[in-house]
Amino acid sequence: MVTNVTNFSRSGLYDWMAQRVSAVVLAAYVLFLLGYVVCNPGLGYAEWHALFSNNAMRIFSLLTLVALSVHAWVGMWTISTDYLTPMALGKWATAVRFLFQAACGLAMFAFFVWGVQILWGN
Amino acid sequence: MGDGYLTSALPDNFALIVRGSQCDKKAVNSQRPVNLDLRTIKLPVTAYTSILHRISGVILFVGIAILLYGLDKSLASEEGFAQVQECLTSPLAKFVIWGLLSALLYHLVAGVRHLIMDMGIGETLEGGKLGSQIVLVVSAIVILLLGVWIW
Repeated sequence: MVTNVTNFSRSGLYDWMAQRVSAVVLAAYVLFLLGYVVCNPGLGYAEWHALFSNNAMRIFSLLTLVALSVHAWVGMWTISTDYLTPMALGKWATAVRFLFQAACGLAMFAFFVWGVQILWGN
Repeated sequence: MGDGYLTSALPDNFALIVRGSQCDKKAVNSQRPVNLDLRTIKLPVTAYTSILHRISGVILFVGIAILLYGLDKSLASEEGFAQVQECLTSPLAKFVIWGLLSALLYHLVAGVRHLIMDMGIGETLEGGKLGSQIVLVVSAIVILLLGVWIW
């Protein structure tokens, strides 16, 4: 029985790099959006809608969604392999961990599709 | 993955136990006493900032749904935008948003520290402790400022 599966990329170094690169994109997006909202106290619908209709903003947002998917996956994978272990859960650990990771992957995929719908549907 | 500062402050056998399922087996099969009861281990400040980084990450993963819902509604129509604005005036919504953004800002500050450590700065035991303390102080200030901005 398979009880030990490595991470998605089968390379810890690759995951490490992906986590860092995606972190920088996420930080840039968060700081930009927070800065925008703080600097526009009387923000109205027209401005808000125009911001997200802008092509550059859509590309930045889509890039952030991709980065978020990568970052969340690496993070949730790391946590699940650290805590959902045979030492913590006994013989069902592998099944529980697999189901947890599958749920995380599905949720993140759903978030990604939802995000794309928000960006291009509104 | 970037947890070297945490494990360096713990006994040598600790890293063997927490990393990788193959090591788990070794630790279980060996006759050495295993101490993994976290309540009996006095955690250094680096351990607290590390676990807070993880907890805030999990909170954010769940929080994505709330943030996407708000973004969707606010962009869908003028009425939706007004509804989100209206909702954000309630104390409960303010508290939830403050909590979520606090997790985000802490995760961001602690993440920046990781990137700085990746450049080789603050990797010693003393440097790690100092870095953790700086993360706690800076994030506390930013979270307080955020609270002032929200209320």
